[in-house]
Order: sequence, then structure tokens, then C-alpha cells
Amino acid sequence: MNELALHILDIAQNSIRAHAGLIEIFITEHPASNKYQIEIKDDGKGMNPQQVEQASNPFFTSRTKRKVGLGLPLLKHNAELAEGSFHLHSEENKGTQLKVNFGFHHIDRPVLGDMAGTLLILAANEKQTDIRYVHKTPKGEFEFNTREVKNELDGMPLSTPEIRKFLNEMIRENLEQIQISE
Amino acid sequence: MNKIKSLADLKKLKEEVQSKIKLREKGDNPDNLIQIKVSMATCGIASGAKDTMNYFIEELDHQGIDALITQTGCMGFCYAEPTIELTIPGSQPVIYGEVDKAKAQEIIDKHIKLNELVDGIIPVNYKTIDE
Repeated sequence: MNELALHILDIAQNSIRAHAGLIEIFITEHPASNKYQIEIKDDGKGMNPQQVEQASNPFFTSRTKRKVGLGLPLLKHNAELAEGSFHLHSEENKGTQLKVNFGFHHIDRPVLGDMAGTLLILAANEKQTDIRYVHKTPKGEFEFNTREVKNELDGMPLSTPEIRKFLNEMIRENLEQIQISE
Repeated sequence: MNKIKSLADLKKLKEEVQSKIKLREKGDNPDNLIQIKVSMATCGIASGAKDTMNYFIEELDHQGIDALITQTGCMGFCYAEPTIELTIPGSQPVIYGEVDKAKAQEIIDKHIKLNELVDGIIPVNYKTIDE
């Protein structure tokens, strides 16, 4: 996977499967200290210590459809390629927190990619899990919260074509405003 | 430069759209709608399921075909990602493998519009990767 947005889409689906009510995604860019930080936090069912230990093993999965689980290992691998780090913390029945760091200026750091598309796919999930996304750069901050959006929409589905198009443009424009370089 | 869109603009748009929605409310029951489920686990995402899903959403909207497009987990056909499950009201679901944009277009043109099956179907009784 060559975009951070794809990794986030992938990892956040773990949270949806863990029956999270809210998934919080924080991206913080610190070019001055060469850091690109992604944090994904949920209030789902969490994992026990053995599962946490096994989570970055590609041959471990909680699924029964197949024998491999590559989502976290691939992200960890990409972080390590870009002078980064990977920390997974989870408590049963409380939730899971994942912190991944990349070297901001490292040539192997994936680009952010189509974050608007990721957020819209996640926001329209069937389990009604809410998403809060906060992106900070030295130029500013953008927050997208599906609870606020749903409030404004008052029952109209997020997947309505006109609404989807609008939200896509809204996220893109706001991110463009605070992005330094991509 | 245009003003950046905000939640306040969303509210305005919602009111405009609401009146249009009432006209097509007949399609509210998902059983009467064409349903497409795009497999969106690690295997699917890595093979481009997100582009496939966006293509279906844009193309069906563009052609004015009402459909319910959602994501689903791994169906076990990791070797044939991106996979989709297509349900036409009144018939059995069909699973297609290796659906890129060209395949998606073919599925829309033939299966969705004309109800003709297209190459690339994964049979229902086909074994998954483990079995």
C-alpha cells in the first residue's frame, strides 16, 4: 500500500469490527522535528495482551476466512522503512490505541493520498461507528467529525450522491489549505 | 478564490437535496435496490478496491441508476481482489473477482443494465483460499 490514507482505511476497519462507537484519527505533521505522526484510537472491545503481542505478526488474525492478517504488519513495515516507530496499546473492553511515526522528510514515507475518500467510506459504515479526524500541520488544523455532520444532515444518509460530493470537496479544500507539501 | 466549504454550507445543501429526495423515496427499501458490496479488507484495499468502489459510485450516479454501494469485509477470495458482490432485486447475489475500472464498466453496461452475466464470476460453491 503506497498511501497513508489506504493504511488508515484498512486499520480503522479493525475498529469497526471491534464494535467501536467512535474512532478518532489524529494526524500531526512536524516537519521541523522530522516527524509525521498518526494516531488511531477507538473505544471498541480491545484485545488481550497475547493478541496485542501477536497483532504485528502477519500469520496471526482473528478472522476465520483466511490465515493471514497483513494490515498492521504492513503498516509497521512501512513505518520502519521511513525511520519511524509503531506502538500498539489495547485494553480489553476499553479500546485500542495505535501510534505510528514516520520520518517526515524520509524518502520512503508514503504520501497521505486520498484522505477524503477514506473518510467518506469509513463514515458510511454499516455499524454507524462515528469518525473524528483531526489533522494538524504548522499551517493550521482541520477537524472532521461525523457526529457534527450527521447532526446537520438530520437523518439524511451520508451516502446520498450530492452530500457525498459536497463532503469530498469540503475535506479536500480544507486539507489543501493546511497542507505544506505532498 | 471561492470560500472554503463548511458545515454551514452543508446545511443549505441538505435543504436543497431534501426536496429532490422526496421524489425518489420509492427506492427507500433496500430490497428493491441494486446492491453492490465491495470487499474492503487489507487484500482488497491493496489491490485497488477503493478505486473500484469510487468508480461504481460515480458511474452509477452519473448514469442515474439508483444503487446501494457498501463496503464489506474479506470474502476469502484474496487472490481475486478486488471482489464485489452484486445483487439485482429478485435474483441471487453474484460475486465477481478482479474488478478493475474496465471490468466495473462492463458489469454496469451488461449485468446491471441488460441483466446479462459477464465473465469473471466466482461460483457460489467455490472454495476459499484455506479449504
